[in-house]
Amino acid sequence: MKTINLTEQSVRDLNQALHDQAIECTEREWEVLEPKGQHNIACGLDQNISVDIKGPTGYYCAGMNKKAHVTIHGNAGQGVAENMMSGTVRVKGDASQAAGATAHGGLLVIEGNAAARCGISMKGVDIVVKGNVGHMSCFMGQAGALVVCGDAGDALGDSLYETHIYVKGEVKSLGADCIQKEMREEHIEELTELLNRAGVDEDPTAFKRYGSARQLYNFKVDNTSAY
Amino acid sequence: MCGIVGLYLKNRALESQLGALFEPMLIAMTDRGPDSAGFAIYGDEVADGSIKLTLRHADENYDWAALAEKAQSELNAGVEWFKNSKVAVFKLQTSAAIAEAFVKATAPEVLILSAGQSIEILKEVGLPENIADTFNLKEMKGSHIIGHTRMATESAVTMEGSHPFSTGMDLCLVHNGSLSNHNRLREELKREGIVFETENDSEVAAGYLTWRLQQGDSLNEALTNSLKDLDGFFTFTIGTRDGFAVLRDPIACKPAVMAETDDYVAMASEYQALTTLPGIENARIWEPEPATIYVWERSSH
Repeated sequence: MKTINLTEQSVRDLNQALHDQAIECTEREWEVLEPKGQHNIACGLDQNISVDIKGPTGYYCAGMNKKAHVTIHGNAGQGVAENMMSGTVRVKGDASQAAGATAHGGLLVIEGNAAARCGISMKGVDIVVKGNVGHMSCFMGQAGALVVCGDAGDALGDSLYETHIYVKGEVKSLGADCIQKEMREEHIEELTELLNRAGVDEDPTAFKRYGSARQLYNFKVDNTSAY
Repeated sequence: MCGIVGLYLKNRALESQLGALFEPMLIAMTDRGPDSAGFAIYGDEVADGSIKLTLRHADENYDWAALAEKAQSELNAGVEWFKNSKVAVFKLQTSAAIAEAFVKATAPEVLILSAGQSIEILKEVGLPENIADTFNLKEMKGSHIIGHTRMATESAVTMEGSHPFSTGMDLCLVHNGSLSNHNRLREELKREGIVFETENDSEVAAGYLTWRLQQGDSLNEALTNSLKDLDGFFTFTIGTRDGFAVLRDPIACKPAVMAETDDYVAMASEYQALTTLPGIENARIWEPEPATIYVWERSSH
Protein backbone atom coordinates (compact mmCIF):
# COMPACT_ATOMS: atom_id res chain seq x y z
CA MET A 1 0.00 0.00 0.00
CA LYS A 2 1.22 3.47 -0.89
CA THR A 3 0.58 6.30 1.59
CA ILE A 4 0.59 9.98 0.73
CA ASN A 5 0.31 12.63 3.41
CA LEU A 6 -1.15 15.85 2.08
CA THR A 7 0.65 17.98 4.65
CA GLU A 8 3.90 16.75 3.06
CA GLN A 9 2.89 16.56 -0.60
CA SER A 10 0.54 18.67 -2.68
CA VAL A 11 -2.80 17.56 -4.12
CA ARG A 12 -1.22 18.00 -7.54
CA ASP A 13 1.55 15.53 -6.61
CA LEU A 14 -1.05 13.06 -5.36
CA ASN A 15 -3.22 13.35 -8.43
CA GLN A 16 -0.24 13.01 -10.77
CA ALA A 17 0.86 9.85 -8.96
CA LEU A 18 -2.67 8.46 -9.25
CA HIS A 19 -2.95 9.44 -12.93
CA ASP A 20 0.35 7.68 -13.67
CA GLN A 21 -1.37 4.45 -12.62
CA ALA A 22 -3.59 4.72 -15.71
CA ILE A 23 -0.57 4.06 -17.92
CA GLU A 24 0.91 1.25 -15.85
CA CYS A 25 -0.62 0.04 -12.63
CA THR A 26 2.13 -0.54 -10.08
CA GLU A 27 0.14 -0.07 -6.89
CA ARG A 28 -3.49 -1.10 -6.31
CA GLU A 29 -3.96 0.32 -2.82
CA TRP A 30 -3.53 3.95 -1.88
CA GLU A 31 -4.03 5.80 1.36
CA VAL A 32 -4.28 9.59 1.63
CA LEU A 33 -3.64 11.16 5.04
CA GLU A 34 -4.54 14.62 6.38
CA PRO A 35 -6.66 15.85 3.48
CA LYS A 36 -7.85 18.78 5.67
CA GLY A 37 -10.69 19.74 3.36
CA GLN A 38 -8.52 20.47 0.32
CA HIS A 39 -10.22 20.61 -3.07
CA ASN A 40 -9.86 18.29 -6.08
CA ILE A 41 -8.43 15.30 -4.22
CA ALA A 42 -8.24 12.13 -6.36
CA CYS A 43 -9.85 13.67 -9.42
CA GLY A 44 -9.72 12.19 -12.88
CA LEU A 45 -8.63 8.68 -11.90
CA ASP A 46 -8.67 6.05 -14.66
CA GLN A 47 -7.51 2.75 -13.20
CA ASN A 48 -8.87 -0.07 -11.07
CA ILE A 49 -7.24 1.09 -7.84
CA SER A 50 -8.57 1.73 -4.35
CA VAL A 51 -7.98 5.07 -2.64
CA ASP A 52 -8.77 5.59 1.05
CA ILE A 53 -8.88 9.24 2.07
CA LYS A 54 -8.58 9.51 5.86
CA GLY A 55 -10.46 12.67 6.70
CA PRO A 56 -12.78 15.39 5.33
CA THR A 57 -12.36 16.56 1.74
CA GLY A 58 -13.15 19.81 -0.05
CA TYR A 59 -14.81 20.35 -3.41
CA TYR A 60 -15.00 17.86 -6.30
CA CYS A 61 -13.31 14.95 -4.55
CA ALA A 62 -13.14 11.93 -6.91
CA GLY A 63 -14.61 14.00 -9.72
CA MET A 64 -14.58 12.43 -13.19
CA ASN A 65 -13.74 9.09 -11.60
CA LYS A 66 -13.29 6.07 -13.89
CA LYS A 67 -12.83 2.48 -12.62
CA ALA A 68 -11.31 3.51 -9.26
CA HIS A 69 -12.80 2.86 -5.81
CA VAL A 70 -12.50 5.92 -3.63
CA THR A 71 -13.55 6.00 0.05
CA ILE A 72 -13.72 9.24 2.01
CA HIS A 73 -13.46 8.60 5.76
CA GLY A 74 -15.14 11.86 6.71
CA ASN A 75 -17.39 14.51 5.17
CA ALA A 76 -17.13 15.54 1.53
CA GLY A 77 -17.47 19.07 0.18
CA GLN A 78 -19.44 20.20 -2.86
CA GLY A 79 -19.59 18.11 -6.00
CA VAL A 80 -18.18 14.84 -4.70
CA ALA A 81 -17.91 12.32 -7.59
CA GLU A 82 -19.20 14.94 -10.02
CA ASN A 83 -19.19 13.62 -13.57
CA MET A 84 -18.09 10.14 -12.44
CA MET A 85 -18.01 7.64 -15.33
CA SER A 86 -17.54 4.31 -13.50
CA GLY A 87 -16.10 2.82 -10.30
CA THR A 88 -17.28 3.49 -6.75
CA VAL A 89 -17.14 6.48 -4.47
CA ARG A 90 -18.14 6.03 -0.82
CA VAL A 91 -18.52 8.89 1.65
CA LYS A 92 -18.48 7.71 5.26
CA GLY A 93 -19.81 11.05 6.53
CA ASP A 94 -22.06 13.72 5.01
CA ALA A 95 -21.81 15.15 1.51
CA SER A 96 -22.32 18.82 0.68
CA GLN A 97 -24.40 20.04 -2.25
CA ALA A 98 -24.37 18.66 -5.81
CA ALA A 99 -23.05 15.20 -4.88
CA GLY A 100 -22.75 13.06 -8.03
CA ALA A 101 -23.69 15.99 -10.28
CA THR A 102 -23.90 15.05 -13.99
CA ALA A 103 -22.31 11.65 -13.28
CA HIS A 104 -22.64 9.12 -16.10
CA GLY A 105 -21.96 5.83 -14.34
CA GLY A 106 -20.58 3.99 -11.33
CA LEU A 107 -21.92 3.92 -7.78
CA LEU A 108 -21.89 6.75 -5.24
CA VAL A 109 -22.72 5.78 -1.65
CA ILE A 110 -23.21 8.46 1.00
CA GLU A 111 -23.46 6.96 4.46
CA GLY A 112 -24.55 10.23 6.11
CA ASN A 113 -26.78 12.95 4.68
CA ALA A 114 -26.45 14.67 1.33
CA ALA A 115 -27.22 18.40 1.05
CA ALA A 116 -29.09 20.23 -1.72
CA ARG A 117 -29.06 19.19 -5.38
CA CYS A 118 -27.83 15.63 -4.81
CA GLY A 119 -27.63 13.93 -8.22
CA ILE A 120 -28.40 17.10 -10.17
CA SER A 121 -28.52 16.30 -13.89
CA MET A 122 -27.34 12.73 -13.23
CA LYS A 123 -26.85 10.80 -16.43
CA GLY A 124 -26.52 7.15 -15.43
CA VAL A 125 -24.81 7.01 -12.04
CA ASP A 126 -26.47 5.11 -9.20
CA ILE A 127 -26.55 7.03 -5.92
CA VAL A 128 -27.47 5.49 -2.56
CA VAL A 129 -27.84 7.84 0.42
CA LYS A 130 -28.32 6.28 3.86
CA GLY A 131 -29.52 9.56 5.37
CA ASN A 132 -31.51 12.47 3.94
CA VAL A 133 -31.10 14.52 0.76
CA GLY A 134 -31.64 18.29 0.47
CA HIS A 135 -33.85 20.32 -1.83
CA MET A 136 -33.83 20.06 -5.63
CA SER A 137 -32.25 16.63 -5.55
CA CYS A 138 -32.21 14.79 -8.87
CA PHE A 139 -33.08 18.02 -10.72
CA MET A 140 -33.18 17.17 -14.44
CA GLY A 141 -32.05 13.62 -13.66
CA GLN A 142 -31.71 11.77 -16.95
CA ALA A 143 -30.69 8.19 -16.18
CA GLY A 144 -29.53 5.97 -13.31
CA ALA A 145 -31.13 5.67 -9.89
CA LEU A 146 -31.24 7.70 -6.68
CA VAL A 147 -31.99 5.79 -3.49
CA VAL A 148 -32.74 7.77 -0.32
CA CYS A 149 -33.12 5.80 2.91
CA GLY A 150 -34.09 8.92 4.90
CA ASP A 151 -36.16 11.93 3.83
CA ALA A 152 -36.00 14.12 0.73
CA GLY A 153 -36.21 17.95 0.72
CA ASP A 154 -38.30 20.27 -1.44
CA ALA A 155 -38.80 19.85 -5.20
CA LEU A 156 -37.50 16.30 -5.51
CA GLY A 157 -36.97 15.27 -9.12
CA ASP A 158 -37.89 18.60 -10.67
CA SER A 159 -37.92 18.47 -14.51
CA LEU A 160 -37.05 14.81 -14.30
CA TYR A 161 -36.24 12.62 -17.31
CA GLU A 162 -35.71 8.91 -16.73
CA THR A 163 -33.83 8.62 -13.43
CA HIS A 164 -35.53 6.17 -11.03
CA ILE A 165 -35.98 7.62 -7.55
CA TYR A 166 -36.65 5.51 -4.46
CA VAL A 167 -37.32 7.18 -1.09
CA LYS A 168 -38.04 5.39 2.17
CA GLY A 169 -38.88 8.43 4.31
CA GLU A 170 -40.89 11.59 3.75
CA VAL A 171 -40.69 13.69 0.61
CA LYS A 172 -41.19 17.35 1.53
CA SER A 173 -42.45 18.18 -1.96
CA LEU A 174 -42.15 16.89 -5.51
CA GLY A 175 -40.73 19.08 -8.25
CA ALA A 176 -42.44 19.87 -11.55
CA ASP A 177 -43.32 16.76 -13.56
CA CYS A 178 -42.19 14.34 -10.82
CA ILE A 179 -44.85 11.92 -9.54
CA GLN A 180 -45.12 8.92 -7.29
CA LYS A 181 -45.31 5.71 -9.31
CA GLU A 182 -46.26 2.12 -8.70
CA MET A 183 -43.57 -0.11 -7.22
CA ARG A 184 -43.63 -3.16 -9.49
CA GLU A 185 -41.65 -6.42 -9.17
CA GLU A 186 -38.89 -5.16 -11.50
CA HIS A 187 -38.42 -2.08 -9.29
CA ILE A 188 -38.14 -4.17 -6.11
CA GLU A 189 -35.48 -6.18 -7.94
CA GLU A 190 -33.60 -3.08 -9.08
CA LEU A 191 -33.74 -1.55 -5.59
CA THR A 192 -32.67 -4.82 -3.90
CA GLU A 193 -29.65 -4.95 -6.16
CA LEU A 194 -28.77 -1.29 -5.53
CA LEU A 195 -29.00 -1.74 -1.74
CA ASN A 196 -26.88 -4.87 -1.95
CA ARG A 197 -24.22 -3.16 -4.04
CA ALA A 198 -24.15 -0.27 -1.59
CA GLY A 199 -24.00 -2.61 1.42
CA VAL A 200 -27.06 -0.98 2.96
CA ASP A 201 -29.41 -3.10 5.04
CA GLU A 202 -32.91 -1.82 4.26
CA ASP A 203 -36.19 -3.48 3.31
CA PRO A 204 -36.84 -2.63 -0.38
CA THR A 205 -40.60 -2.96 0.07
CA ALA A 206 -40.56 -0.04 2.53
CA PHE A 207 -39.60 2.41 -0.25
CA LYS A 208 -41.77 4.44 -2.60
CA ARG A 209 -40.89 5.03 -6.22
CA TYR A 210 -40.94 8.42 -7.97
CA GLY A 211 -40.44 9.14 -11.63
CA SER A 212 -41.19 11.45 -14.51
CA ALA A 213 -44.78 12.15 -15.59
CA ARG A 214 -43.21 12.88 -19.00
CA GLN A 215 -45.27 16.02 -19.50
CA LEU A 216 -42.28 18.34 -19.96
CA TYR A 217 -40.48 16.35 -22.63
CA ASN A 218 -41.76 18.41 -25.53
CA PHE A 219 -42.77 22.01 -25.83
CA LYS A 220 -46.54 22.36 -25.80
CA VAL A 221 -48.06 25.11 -27.86
CA ASP A 222 -50.75 25.53 -25.18
CA ASN A 223 -48.03 26.84 -22.86
CA THR A 224 -46.99 29.70 -25.12
CA SER A 225 -48.84 32.22 -23.00
CA ALA A 226 -46.64 31.33 -20.03
CA TYR A 227 -43.60 32.97 -21.65
CA MET B 1 -16.95 34.32 -4.38
CA CYS B 2 -15.78 35.72 -0.95
CA GLY B 3 -15.01 33.76 2.18
CA ILE B 4 -16.62 34.23 5.56
CA VAL B 5 -15.57 32.91 8.94
CA GLY B 6 -16.79 33.27 12.49
CA LEU B 7 -15.76 32.01 15.89
CA TYR B 8 -17.89 32.27 19.02
CA LEU B 9 -16.35 31.09 22.27
CA LYS B 10 -18.48 29.15 24.72
CA ASN B 11 -15.52 28.59 27.04
CA ARG B 12 -14.43 31.95 28.45
CA ALA B 13 -11.01 30.55 29.34
CA LEU B 14 -10.18 30.73 25.63
CA GLU B 15 -10.91 34.46 25.30
CA SER B 16 -7.25 35.41 25.53
CA GLN B 17 -6.59 33.21 22.47
CA LEU B 18 -9.47 34.41 20.27
CA GLY B 19 -7.23 36.22 17.77
CA ALA B 20 -4.70 33.40 17.61
CA LEU B 21 -7.45 30.83 16.97
CA PHE B 22 -9.11 33.02 14.37
CA GLU B 23 -6.12 34.21 12.33
CA PRO B 24 -5.53 30.90 10.46
CA MET B 25 -9.28 30.68 9.75
CA LEU B 26 -9.23 34.05 7.99
CA ILE B 27 -6.02 33.31 6.09
CA ALA B 28 -7.37 29.90 4.97
CA MET B 29 -10.06 31.75 3.02
CA THR B 30 -7.57 33.77 0.93
CA ASP B 31 -8.38 31.75 -2.22
CA ARG B 32 -12.01 32.80 -1.93
CA GLY B 33 -11.23 36.47 -1.34
CA PRO B 34 -7.78 37.87 -2.02
CA ASP B 35 -8.62 41.55 -2.62
CA SER B 36 -9.57 42.77 0.85
CA ALA B 37 -10.27 41.41 4.29
CA GLY B 38 -11.63 42.48 7.61
CA PHE B 39 -12.99 41.34 10.90
CA ALA B 40 -15.19 42.49 13.75
CA ILE B 41 -14.07 41.48 17.21
CA TYR B 42 -16.21 41.66 20.34
CA GLY B 43 -14.75 42.10 23.80
CA ASP B 44 -13.08 44.71 26.05
CA GLU B 45 -16.50 46.21 26.78
CA VAL B 46 -17.04 49.76 27.93
CA ALA B 47 -19.48 50.43 30.77
CA ASP B 48 -23.13 51.35 30.25
CA GLY B 49 -23.30 55.05 29.43
CA SER B 50 -19.99 54.91 27.57
CA ILE B 51 -19.36 54.25 23.90
CA LYS B 52 -16.57 52.68 21.90
CA LEU B 53 -15.92 53.89 18.36
CA THR B 54 -13.59 52.37 15.79
CA LEU B 55 -12.29 55.28 13.71
CA ARG B 56 -10.16 55.29 10.60
CA HIS B 57 -8.10 57.87 8.77
CA ALA B 58 -6.30 57.24 5.46
CA ASP B 59 -3.12 58.81 6.91
CA GLU B 60 -1.35 56.46 9.29
CA ASN B 61 0.23 59.46 11.04
CA TYR B 62 -3.07 61.18 11.71
CA ASP B 63 -3.03 63.08 15.00
CA TRP B 64 -5.43 60.98 17.07
CA ALA B 65 -4.10 62.53 20.29
CA ALA B 66 -5.33 65.94 19.18
CA LEU B 67 -8.76 64.54 18.36
CA ALA B 68 -8.92 62.81 21.75
CA GLU B 69 -7.94 66.01 23.54
CA LYS B 70 -10.59 67.94 21.69
CA ALA B 71 -13.22 65.34 22.54
CA GLN B 72 -12.26 65.52 26.19
CA SER B 73 -12.54 69.31 26.36
CA GLU B 74 -15.54 69.83 24.06
CA LEU B 75 -17.66 66.93 25.34
CA ASN B 76 -16.40 67.24 28.89
CA ALA B 77 -16.19 63.47 28.92
CA GLY B 78 -13.51 60.93 29.80
CA VAL B 79 -11.68 59.63 26.71
CA GLU B 80 -9.38 56.64 26.39
CA TRP B 81 -7.93 55.67 23.04
CA PHE B 82 -5.37 53.49 21.30
CA LYS B 83 -4.10 53.35 17.77
CA ASN B 84 -3.76 50.28 15.56
CA SER B 85 -2.36 51.03 12.08
CA LYS B 86 -4.75 53.46 10.36
CA VAL B 87 -7.45 52.79 12.90
CA ALA B 88 -8.00 54.16 16.38
CA VAL B 89 -10.35 52.85 19.04
CA PHE B 90 -11.90 55.63 21.13
CA LYS B 91 -13.72 54.92 24.37
CA LEU B 92 -15.79 57.91 25.40
CA GLN B 93 -17.88 58.49 28.51
CA THR B 94 -20.84 59.80 26.61
CA SER B 95 -23.69 58.60 24.42
CA ALA B 96 -23.27 57.13 20.94
CA ALA B 97 -25.20 59.98 19.33
CA ILE B 98 -23.08 62.70 20.95
CA ALA B 99 -19.81 60.89 20.21
CA GLU B 100 -20.67 60.23 16.56
CA ALA B 101 -21.93 63.77 16.01
CA PHE B 102 -18.69 65.13 17.51
CA VAL B 103 -16.51 63.06 15.17
CA LYS B 104 -18.56 63.99 12.10
CA ALA B 105 -18.45 67.70 12.96
CA THR B 106 -14.85 67.95 14.20
CA ALA B 107 -13.10 65.49 11.87
CA PRO B 108 -15.30 64.86 8.82
CA GLU B 109 -12.40 63.10 7.07
CA VAL B 110 -12.43 60.43 9.78
CA LEU B 111 -14.56 57.39 9.01
CA ILE B 112 -16.55 55.70 11.79
CA LEU B 113 -16.22 51.94 11.18
CA SER B 114 -18.24 50.85 14.19
CA ALA B 115 -19.99 52.07 17.30
CA GLY B 116 -21.02 50.06 20.32
CA GLN B 117 -20.00 48.88 23.76
CA SER B 118 -18.09 45.87 22.55
CA ILE B 119 -17.48 45.85 18.77
CA GLU B 120 -14.26 46.87 16.98
CA ILE B 121 -14.05 46.60 13.18
CA LEU B 122 -10.73 46.40 11.37
CA LYS B 123 -10.57 46.09 7.59
CA GLU B 124 -8.30 46.98 4.68
CA VAL B 125 -7.64 46.28 1.03
CA GLY B 126 -5.04 43.54 0.52
CA LEU B 127 -4.28 39.91 1.27
CA PRO B 128 -5.88 38.52 4.45
CA GLU B 129 -2.45 37.51 5.77
CA ASN B 130 -1.15 41.08 5.46
CA ILE B 131 -4.24 42.52 7.08
CA ALA B 132 -4.02 40.09 10.00
CA ASP B 133 -0.38 41.15 10.41
CA THR B 134 -1.10 44.86 10.11
CA PHE B 135 -3.58 44.76 12.97
CA ASN B 136 -1.72 42.09 14.97
CA LEU B 137 -4.82 39.89 14.99
CA LYS B 138 -3.13 36.98 16.74
CA GLU B 139 -2.71 38.95 19.97
CA MET B 140 -6.34 40.03 20.14
CA LYS B 141 -8.69 38.95 22.91
CA GLY B 142 -12.45 38.77 22.96
CA SER B 143 -15.60 36.67 23.15
CA HIS B 144 -16.46 36.32 19.45
CA ILE B 145 -15.22 37.43 16.08
CA ILE B 146 -16.44 37.34 12.50
CA GLY B 147 -14.40 37.94 9.38
CA HIS B 148 -14.53 38.23 5.64
CA THR B 149 -12.18 37.81 2.70
CA ARG B 150 -13.51 39.62 -0.32
CA MET B 151 -13.58 38.96 -4.04
CA ALA B 152 -15.51 42.03 -5.17
CA THR B 153 -18.47 41.67 -7.52
CA GLU B 154 -21.15 44.28 -6.83
CA SER B 155 -18.98 47.30 -5.98
CA ALA B 156 -15.38 48.54 -6.13
CA VAL B 157 -12.34 47.17 -4.30
CA THR B 158 -11.97 49.81 -1.59
CA MET B 159 -11.54 49.80 2.16
CA GLU B 160 -15.05 51.24 2.47
CA GLY B 161 -16.49 48.42 0.33
CA SER B 162 -14.82 45.67 2.32
CA HIS B 163 -16.61 43.79 5.07
CA PRO B 164 -17.67 43.63 7.88
CA PHE B 165 -20.38 46.27 7.64
CA SER B 166 -21.84 47.85 10.71
CA THR B 167 -24.83 50.13 10.55
CA GLY B 168 -26.04 49.93 14.11
CA MET B 169 -24.78 49.63 17.66
CA ASP B 170 -22.61 46.54 18.09
CA LEU B 171 -24.22 44.94 15.03
CA CYS B 172 -22.23 43.76 12.10
CA LEU B 173 -22.60 41.44 9.18
CA VAL B 174 -20.43 39.59 6.69
CA HIS B 175 -21.92 38.30 3.47
CA ASN B 176 -21.03 35.78 0.80
CA GLY B 177 -23.29 36.20 -2.21
CA SER B 178 -25.02 39.04 -3.97
CA LEU B 179 -28.32 40.78 -3.38
CA SER B 180 -30.51 41.75 -6.33
CA ASN B 181 -32.92 44.18 -4.66
CA HIS B 182 -30.35 46.25 -2.76
CA ASN B 183 -30.93 49.53 -4.64
CA ARG B 184 -34.65 49.71 -3.96
CA LEU B 185 -34.22 48.47 -0.40
CA ARG B 186 -31.46 51.05 0.28
CA GLU B 187 -33.81 53.85 -0.76
CA GLU B 188 -36.57 52.49 1.47
CA LEU B 189 -34.21 52.16 4.44
CA LYS B 190 -32.85 55.69 3.91
CA ARG B 191 -36.40 56.94 4.32
CA GLU B 192 -36.50 55.03 7.61
CA GLY B 193 -33.41 56.94 8.74
CA ILE B 194 -30.72 54.31 8.14
CA VAL B 195 -27.45 55.88 6.94
CA PHE B 196 -25.31 54.16 4.31
CA GLU B 197 -21.66 54.89 3.56
CA THR B 198 -21.28 52.90 0.32
CA GLU B 199 -23.10 51.52 -2.73
CA ASN B 200 -22.39 48.00 -1.47
CA ASP B 201 -25.20 45.41 -1.42
CA SER B 202 -24.02 43.80 1.82
CA GLU B 203 -24.20 47.10 3.66
CA VAL B 204 -27.90 47.15 2.78
CA ALA B 205 -28.34 43.78 4.48
CA ALA B 206 -26.64 45.17 7.61
CA GLY B 207 -28.82 48.28 7.40
CA TYR B 208 -31.93 46.16 7.04
CA LEU B 209 -31.13 44.19 10.22
CA THR B 210 -30.39 47.42 12.10
CA TRP B 211 -33.77 48.79 11.04
CA ARG B 212 -35.63 45.63 12.08
CA LEU B 213 -33.87 45.60 15.48
CA GLN B 214 -34.80 49.28 15.92
CA GLN B 215 -38.41 48.29 15.20
CA GLY B 216 -38.22 45.98 18.20
CA ASP B 217 -37.47 42.68 16.49
CA SER B 218 -35.30 40.16 18.29
CA LEU B 219 -32.29 39.00 16.26
CA ASN B 220 -34.24 35.87 15.39
CA GLU B 221 -37.27 37.88 14.21
CA ALA B 222 -35.08 40.28 12.21
CA LEU B 223 -33.47 37.35 10.41
CA THR B 224 -36.84 35.70 9.78
CA ASN B 225 -38.05 38.95 8.19
CA SER B 226 -34.88 39.22 6.10
CA LEU B 227 -35.76 35.93 4.40
CA LYS B 228 -38.90 37.64 3.14
CA ASP B 229 -37.42 41.02 2.19
CA LEU B 230 -33.95 40.25 0.86
CA ASP B 231 -33.80 38.93 -2.69
CA GLY B 232 -30.61 37.27 -3.83
CA PHE B 233 -27.92 34.84 -2.79
CA PHE B 234 -26.54 34.98 0.68
CA THR B 235 -24.80 33.24 3.45
CA PHE B 236 -24.63 35.70 6.35
CA THR B 237 -22.74 35.58 9.58
CA ILE B 238 -23.91 38.23 12.01
CA GLY B 239 -22.36 39.49 15.21
CA THR B 240 -24.17 41.31 18.00
CA ARG B 241 -22.90 42.40 21.41
CA ASP B 242 -23.84 39.06 22.97
CA GLY B 243 -24.52 36.88 20.00
CA PHE B 244 -23.54 35.22 16.81
CA ALA B 245 -25.89 34.08 14.04
CA VAL B 246 -25.72 32.28 10.69
CA LEU B 247 -28.33 32.35 7.94
CA ARG B 248 -28.42 31.04 4.36
CA ASP B 249 -31.00 31.97 1.73
CA PRO B 250 -33.58 29.31 0.74
CA ILE B 251 -31.69 28.30 -2.42
CA ALA B 252 -28.45 27.93 -0.45
CA CYS B 253 -25.98 28.13 -3.34
CA LYS B 254 -23.38 29.84 -1.20
CA PRO B 255 -21.47 27.41 0.95
CA ALA B 256 -21.31 27.19 4.73
CA VAL B 257 -20.07 24.67 7.23
CA MET B 258 -20.33 24.78 11.00
CA ALA B 259 -18.52 23.09 13.85
CA GLU B 260 -19.40 22.96 17.52
CA THR B 261 -17.58 21.65 20.58
CA ASP B 262 -18.01 22.35 24.30
CA ASP B 263 -15.55 25.23 23.82
CA TYR B 264 -16.76 27.04 20.70
CA VAL B 265 -19.05 27.39 17.70
CA ALA B 266 -17.28 28.06 14.42
CA MET B 267 -18.58 28.92 10.97
CA ALA B 268 -16.72 29.03 7.66
CA SER B 269 -17.40 29.04 3.94
CA GLU B 270 -15.29 25.91 3.63
CA TYR B 271 -14.10 23.20 5.99
CA GLN B 272 -10.48 24.13 5.17
CA ALA B 273 -10.85 27.16 7.44
CA LEU B 274 -11.77 25.01 10.46
CA THR B 275 -8.92 22.51 10.38
CA THR B 276 -6.66 24.43 12.80
CA LEU B 277 -9.24 24.68 15.60
CA PRO B 278 -8.51 22.61 18.71
CA GLY B 279 -10.54 19.41 18.90
CA ILE B 280 -11.96 19.79 15.39
CA GLU B 281 -11.48 16.04 14.81
CA ASN B 282 -14.22 15.34 17.34
CA ALA B 283 -16.38 18.42 16.76
CA ARG B 284 -19.98 18.15 15.59
CA ILE B 285 -19.74 19.29 11.99
CA TRP B 286 -22.72 20.10 9.81
CA GLU B 287 -23.89 22.14 6.87
CA PRO B 288 -26.45 24.75 7.94
CA GLU B 289 -29.86 24.13 6.38
CA PRO B 290 -31.29 26.62 3.87
CA ALA B 291 -33.55 29.36 5.29
CA THR B 292 -32.80 28.22 8.84
CA ILE B 293 -31.64 30.59 11.56
CA TYR B 294 -28.81 29.53 13.84
CA VAL B 295 -28.24 31.79 16.84
CA TRP B 296 -25.97 31.60 19.86
CA GLU B 297 -26.35 34.24 22.52
CA ARG B 298 -24.87 34.93 25.91
CA SER B 299 -27.33 35.89 28.57
CA SER B 300 -25.02 38.09 30.64
CA HIS B 301 -26.67 41.42 29.70
